[in-house]
Amino acid sequence: MAVTTDMRAATPAGPSVRRLNQRALAPWLFLAPGLFMFAVYVLWPIGQSITLSFYDWNGLYNQDGEFTGTYVGMGNYAELMTDPAFEVSLWNNFYWLALYMLALPAGLLIAIFLNQTVTGIRLYKSLFFFPFVISQVVVGLMFAWFYAPNFGLLYLLTEWVTGKGIAILADPDLVTFGIIAAGLWPQIAYVMILYLTGLNNVAPDQIEAARLDGAKGWRMLWFVVLPQLRPATFIAVIVTVIGALRSFDLVSIMTKGGPFGESRVLSYYMFEKALGEYGFRMGYGAAIAVVLFAIMMVFISGFIWKMWRDERER
Amino acid sequence: MFPRPIQQSSTGAQWLYTIALPVVLVIWLFPLLGVALTSLRPASDLAQGNYFGMPSGIAWENYLYIFTETPIGQYMVNSLWVTIPTVIGAVGLSLMTGFSLAVYGFRANILIFFMFVAGNFVPFQILMVPVRDMTLQLGMYDTWYGLALFHIAFQTGFCTLFMRNFIKALPFELIEAARVEGVTEWRIFVYIVLPLMRPAIAALSVLVFTFIWNDFFWATVLTQGVDSQPITAGLSSLNGQWIAQWHLVSAGSILAALPPVAMFFLMQKHFIAGLTLGAVK
Repeated sequence: MAVTTDMRAATPAGPSVRRLNQRALAPWLFLAPGLFMFAVYVLWPIGQSITLSFYDWNGLYNQDGEFTGTYVGMGNYAELMTDPAFEVSLWNNFYWLALYMLALPAGLLIAIFLNQTVTGIRLYKSLFFFPFVISQVVVGLMFAWFYAPNFGLLYLLTEWVTGKGIAILADPDLVTFGIIAAGLWPQIAYVMILYLTGLNNVAPDQIEAARLDGAKGWRMLWFVVLPQLRPATFIAVIVTVIGALRSFDLVSIMTKGGPFGESRVLSYYMFEKALGEYGFRMGYGAAIAVVLFAIMMVFISGFIWKMWRDERER
Repeated sequence: MFPRPIQQSSTGAQWLYTIALPVVLVIWLFPLLGVALTSLRPASDLAQGNYFGMPSGIAWENYLYIFTETPIGQYMVNSLWVTIPTVIGAVGLSLMTGFSLAVYGFRANILIFFMFVAGNFVPFQILMVPVRDMTLQLGMYDTWYGLALFHIAFQTGFCTLFMRNFIKALPFELIEAARVEGVTEWRIFVYIVLPLMRPAIAALSVLVFTFIWNDFFWATVLTQGVDSQPITAGLSSLNGQWIAQWHLVSAGSILAALPPVAMFFLMQKHFIAGLTLGAVK
């Protein structure tokens, strides 16, 4: 650095000025293509959706290519307040969030179970991770088969135990929990792999020291291992929250929001309103999306805040 | 190591563990195994209510049927047409953005970085209406490139986070030394940084491949017909036609799951390195 400063002082119009200019310009040239795409497809649409949520619009333009929406102010939001389907979706989102957190203890449990060095364990670990690799569409179809009335294994199992089979996806009270269980399957696999990586990096000397002090089992896990797994836990919480709020695929494949709209979540209800069979209500859909976005922003802000702190510590 | 290595336990416990592993695995993968078996079961078995018993034969014809009588082959090709350009585009763009954010200390750096990170987590629904509208306006609705362009832009967020942290961890002296030698910034990027990025490129490629292959929401929003729908959306519409023909649904599901599973097995190390980024300090 010192060298360049000296050179600049000596020859103000020399090639080093060009180099410095180049260094000031270079980051923006490298950023430009990616930033442009991101701005066009992510940032701008967010603003656009927020604006649209104050309009009533069927998604069409008139012959002159002009926007045909009408401004309704807070109208869409006021309607949301009294929309029972919105209330159901919001509650279901809450169940998704709360129950998805089960992926953390379950994933940790499997990770501990698999954290051994016996023959073939690598293959076992990959096979346990399988559910995360396959599409949620396929996961949804697999669980729909598992839950199928009359012949599905769950139906037969409940029939055998209680004498009366449960068709979980046709039951308005149980349907959401049935779908959440399907969603937990790949999510647990994801959390498991995070914890396996974390366990691999736990400091062995601390474990040995604690063992000499007589720590074992739960106490060892709680006081020695878990504190060291904090980075893994943090990432696991983030991906689990995002997974829970992105629950579109499974609902769409398994029930289409039914029966009687009881398995709707915000992400699916928004799609139904904006592009569903009952006409295109883009503005109303946008308002639902804004609510979902606001919920997500709470978690995003927390994440960014933590990253910001870590960055400054470096 | 936690838990205590099983080798230090009694022989009985070791036996128990050896038996427990496959048993737990079968329970864990039950839905997958069930569907895999059903995909090879003759239709006549299902008609007679033989869902879980011994199949009366192995019915490869289920697979033959979906390939010859449904457009599933076309759907798989469409998926590749969306997935491969997205992998190239997102990895290419994020190499540059990541380099920029990792190497240069300009004022807006951290702000732009956090914007990429945050954008990566927004719910798809907040983007849906404007992105669909824009794609329609540009005449790219129901085309592979309309879908791929969106995916490239969105995946750039996640990829930038990954690339930036990866480049940050490289020895900065390399770049400093090159600058002293008078190497231009572009040549530093191409000849010094890029060759060191191979593991990151591999990890991101397999991850993005899997994410995009498995995408269902955007496939539904931005494509419509057999000519451009990827396998996820195609499978969903086939599922609507095959009501209760579980041998076909199963065969279709297994086919749709195959490419990402193969990708995972071939590139396991990179895949997991990418997913667990940040899980250890």
